[in-house]
Amino acid sequence: MFKVKIYINLKEGVADPQGATIKHALDSIGYQKIGKVKTGKYLQLELDMHDKNKAREQIEDMCQKILVNPVIENYEYQIEEIK
Amino acid sequence: MKEPVKIDKDLIKVHGLTDEEYEKIKEVLGREPNFTELGIFSVMWSEHCSYKSSKPVLRKFPTQGDNILVRAGEENAGAADIGDGFAAVFKMESHNHPSAIEPFQGAATGAGGIIRDIFTMGARPIALMDSLRFGCLSDARSRYLLKGVVGGVAFYGNCIGIPTVGGETFFDKTYQGNPLVNVLCLGIVKKDKIVKAQAKGEGNTIFYVGSSTGRDGLGGASFASRELTDESHEDRPAVQICDPFMEKLLLEATLELIESAVVVGMQDMGAAGLTSSTVETASRGNSGIEIDISLVPRREEGMIPYEVMLSESQERMLVIVKKGKEEEAKKIFEKWDLHAAPIGRVTSGNSFLVKDGGKIAAEIPVKALTTDAPVYLREKTKPEYLDGVRNLDLSDVPLPEDLNSIFLKMLSSPNIVSKSWVFEQYDHMVGTNTILLPGADAAVVRMKGTKKALALSCDGNGRYCYLDPYEGGKIAVAEAARNVVCVGAKPLAITNCLNFGTPTDPEIFWQFSRCVEGMAEACKELKTPVTGGNVSFYNENPQGAVDPTPVVGMLGLIEDIDYLCTPWFKKEGDLVCLLGEGEKSLGGSEYLYHVHNLKKGQPPKLNLHLEKALQKTCLEAIKKGLINSAHDVSDGGLAITLAECCILNEENLMGADINLKESEREDVILFGEAESQIIISCSSSNLNKLKKIVRENKVTLKVLGRVGGEKLTIKKEEKPLISQSIQELYTTWKNSLSSYFEM
Amino acid sequence: MRFGVIMFPGSNCDYDCWWAIKEVTGEEVDFIWHKEENITGFDCIVLPGGFSYGDYLRTGAIARFSPIMKKVKEFAERGGLVVGICNGFQILLEAGFLPGAMRKNKHLLFICKYIHLRVENPHTAFTNLCKKGQILRIPIAHFEGNYYATPDTLSTLQKKSQIIFRYCNKEGEITDEVNPNGSLDAIAGVCNERGNILGMMPHPERSCESILGSEDGKLIWKSIVTSLKRIKK
Repeated sequence: MFKVKIYINLKEGVADPQGATIKHALDSIGYQKIGKVKTGKYLQLELDMHDKNKAREQIEDMCQKILVNPVIENYEYQIEEIK
Repeated sequence: MKEPVKIDKDLIKVHGLTDEEYEKIKEVLGREPNFTELGIFSVMWSEHCSYKSSKPVLRKFPTQGDNILVRAGEENAGAADIGDGFAAVFKMESHNHPSAIEPFQGAATGAGGIIRDIFTMGARPIALMDSLRFGCLSDARSRYLLKGVVGGVAFYGNCIGIPTVGGETFFDKTYQGNPLVNVLCLGIVKKDKIVKAQAKGEGNTIFYVGSSTGRDGLGGASFASRELTDESHEDRPAVQICDPFMEKLLLEATLELIESAVVVGMQDMGAAGLTSSTVETASRGNSGIEIDISLVPRREEGMIPYEVMLSESQERMLVIVKKGKEEEAKKIFEKWDLHAAPIGRVTSGNSFLVKDGGKIAAEIPVKALTTDAPVYLREKTKPEYLDGVRNLDLSDVPLPEDLNSIFLKMLSSPNIVSKSWVFEQYDHMVGTNTILLPGADAAVVRMKGTKKALALSCDGNGRYCYLDPYEGGKIAVAEAARNVVCVGAKPLAITNCLNFGTPTDPEIFWQFSRCVEGMAEACKELKTPVTGGNVSFYNENPQGAVDPTPVVGMLGLIEDIDYLCTPWFKKEGDLVCLLGEGEKSLGGSEYLYHVHNLKKGQPPKLNLHLEKALQKTCLEAIKKGLINSAHDVSDGGLAITLAECCILNEENLMGADINLKESEREDVILFGEAESQIIISCSSSNLNKLKKIVRENKVTLKVLGRVGGEKLTIKKEEKPLISQSIQELYTTWKNSLSSYFEM
Repeated sequence: MRFGVIMFPGSNCDYDCWWAIKEVTGEEVDFIWHKEENITGFDCIVLPGGFSYGDYLRTGAIARFSPIMKKVKEFAERGGLVVGICNGFQILLEAGFLPGAMRKNKHLLFICKYIHLRVENPHTAFTNLCKKGQILRIPIAHFEGNYYATPDTLSTLQKKSQIIFRYCNKEGEITDEVNPNGSLDAIAGVCNERGNILGMMPHPERSCESILGSEDGKLIWKSIVTSLKRIKK
C-alpha cells in the first residue's frame, strides 16, 4: 500500500492571476517581502499496490490522462509506503 | 526565445507569409525586415487581422442605415441609435481554435476579449450571449469540450458581473474536434460619449494598462489563421489564461476615466496584442506612434522584442491620454489597483516606431500594416458535393409507424431539448435587467429609467448552409429577425461571426461568398445593416471543413416593455393560430438528421417579401395587444414548436388540441421545417381584429386549435397523429441534456 | 433611513442593491468604497454579491481584510443592521461575523435560477413583515453556497432560531431534491445571536419587481425599514 502526494502547478510562463491577486492582498495587508505567489492543487491518494515501479507507472498515467491538464499544468508527486 | 540570426525561407513560411508577401515587405521597408518586424508583418497581415481574403466579399454587406452611428469596420464594434440619447454597442466574436485546444480558458478569454471591445468604446456591457457548436454528445471529447466551454463562459461572465442572457447550443458531427464558440456582447453608452479607438494629437501619451506581459498566446492571430491538425495540441504555450477580476477592474476604471474626459482613444490588446492595438489606433487617427517596449510591464524574464510585441497576454489595454492629463488618469487607475505605464506617444509622422530602450526594434509605415495590407480575390468554384446532397427522394425516407415515440425522440434531441443545464451555469440575472429569461425566442434586457428594452437573438443553421449557402445565409438573418419580432422588438441591426473552412480552397470560398450574398440580401430587405463582427476561417479538422456556419446576432428594440411578448401559451381556451405560410421541407431538417441520420435535400425556401410582411404583422398584433404569445416555427418543425409553446413556462404548463388540414406525409406535416411562420395564441374575441391586420399586410392566418387540457394532441383531418401528456413532454425535454453529465 | 452598499473590488451586485433599495423601496442609499474609513450616518450596511477579488483564494477571504470591514465590525457592535448577500454572506463568514463556512455546490456547478425559500424566523429585523413558514420566490446565483457548520454550531443555530431561511419546494416542503447546493439542513440564510447581522445566499435585490419575475425580495428591504423605524422611535 502506498500513500501518494501529488502536487499540480501551473507551467512556467502560464499566467497565474490567482497567485498575483493573493500576492497583492498579502502586500496590502502589510506582510513584508512577499515574492512571487503561485497557486496549485494538492491531491493525496492511497494506492493498494505492492510494486513501487508499477505504482509509479499508474500514477504517471493517471496524471497525464485525467488529473493534470497538460496544456497548462505540470505535476510532481511523492510516493511513500504505508501499511 | 532566441532571436534567429538570419531570416530564411523556412522562417518566412512558419510565419504564414508567402514569398510574394515577403517581397512586398522588402519593398515597403526598402530593406530586409528584422525578426521583430517579420513577426509584426506576419500578425498584421494574417487573415485574422487583415481580412485579406474576406474583405472584398464583406463589402457586399449593407452597412448604412438611419440609426447606425458607428459603421462596420470603423471601430472595434458597431453602434446603433436606440433613442433617448443612447446608443447600443454590440459585436460578436469567435474563439474557435483556442477553445478546441483548451475549452475553459479558450472560451473564457473569448468572452473577455469581446467584453473589452465593448467597454473600450465607453459603453457599459449589459448582456452576453453565446452561440456554441460541438460534435455529437455521444462522443466523450465533445462532452468535455461542451463542459469546458460553458464553464469558461460562465466563469468569466459571472465573475465580471455581466449576465449571459441567452444563446444557442447546437450539436452535429461536422463540428467534431473543431467547436464553434461565438460570443456576443451588448453595451449601452450615451451617444456623445462614444470613445474611438484612435491615437491622435501629437505628443499625447500612450498608456499600457492592466496585466503584465508574458509569453502566452504568442502569435495567436496567426495561430487562428491555420487549420487544426492533430499536432495542434502541441501549440501549448499559446494558451492564454483569463483573469476576469482584472477585467472587472479595467471595466470600472475605464468607464470612470471616460467620465473624467482625459481620454483620446483606447483599444483592447486582443489578437496580436500590443502590435495591433498601437498600429490600428495610429492608423485610424492618421498618426504615427512611438513606443518603448523596455517600459512594458513583464511577467517573465528574458523576453525579446519579438515576444513582447506579439504576446497575447489577456486583460491589457492601450489608452491614449491627453497630454498634461497623465496624473489624473493615473489616479483613477490607482484607485482600482491597476498598473498603468506610459510607454510612448503619438507622433506626427506616419511611422510605427518601436524602441527597446536606446535601440530601434522596428520601424514600419503604419498604413503598410493596415489599409495597405495585401488583399486577395480568392478563387471560387461551386462544390462538387452539392448536386448529390440536394437530391432527396422521400421514398428513401421510411415513414415511421409510431409517431408518438418519434415525437419524444425529437424532443430529446440535443438540438431541441431545454438548454437549462447550460444557462443555469450562467448568471443570467445580474444587473436586474433580464426581463425575459433564457429559453425564449430572444433574450430581453430592459433599459432602466426608460420604458425601452433591447432584444437579442443568435441564429445560424450550418446544415442549411451546407446544402444551400445562399438560402442558408438569408435564413440566418431572417430567423434572427423573426426571433426578436416574436418578443415584440423591431429588428435594428446585426453583428455576425462567419465560421468557415480554409479560404484558399475554392469550394470553401464559394460557400463563403454565397452565404454572405444571401445574408446581405436579407439584411437589405429587412433593413438591418451589418455593424460588424468577425470572420473565422480555417475551421477544419482531420475529417475536413466544418459546415459553413454564419451566425447572426440580431439587435431589436422594444419601445414599451408593457408589450413584451413571450412564446408560451397562457390561457385555457385561447385560439392557436399559424401566422404566415412557407413551404415545408425535410431538406436539412433536424428530423432527417436525428431520426434518419441524413443531411440531404433542399432546405426551405425563404421569400423575403413575405417574411417582411409577416414580421410587420406580428409586431403590429403584439403592439395592439391582440395576441398572448408568439413563437417562431423553427428546428423540428410545427410539432416541436407547438410542444415548446406548451412547456416553455415551467411554472404553468399548458396543453393544446390541434387539428391540421394538410395533405402531405405525416412526418412532413409534423417535423418538416419552413420559413416565415409564427405560432401565436389569442383570445377568440381578438380574432377578427387580427384577421384585419393579416389581410392588410397580405399574409395568411390559419386557426389550428385551442389551448387547454393536460395533453398536447395533434390531429390530421381529425385523425390523431400525436397525443402526449404535457408533463411527460416537459420531463423528456427538460432532463435530456443534463442526463449526459450525470455522474 | 439611509442604506450603505459597500463596493469591494469585484462586487457586481452593488448597483442592483442600490436600485432595489432606492427605486423600488424608495429609501436613501449610497455606495461606500471599501477603502473608506468613515461610515457614520448609515442605518443599514449591505455587503452585496459578486466576486470580490475574483474569489481567487476563497470566496470572501481577501475582502474581509478591506479597511472598511473594521468599521463594519464597530457598526455592528453598536447594534447597526448588516446584510450580506451571496458573496457578502461569504465575506461575513470569513470575517467571523456569522458562524459556519461555505463549500462548493453539491453538483460542482455554478447555479443561477429561481428557488423557493421558507421563512423560519419572522421575528427578526430582516423578516418582520413575513409570516412564519411563508414561502418566498427569490433567485440564487452562486458556486459556493453549500453552507456548513459543526454539529455544535448547528444545534446552537437551531436552538436560538438563528436559521432565518431554508430552501424548500413550491409547497414549502424541505427535501434533498430541492436543496440546490447541498447546504446543511437546507440553510439559505442565518443571523448572529444578537439578530442584527444577516447573511443569505439568495438575492432579494433581484426579485423586487414583477417584471423580473417576483416581488418577494421587497419584503426583506421593507422589513429592515420597518424595524429601523421602530428603533428610531
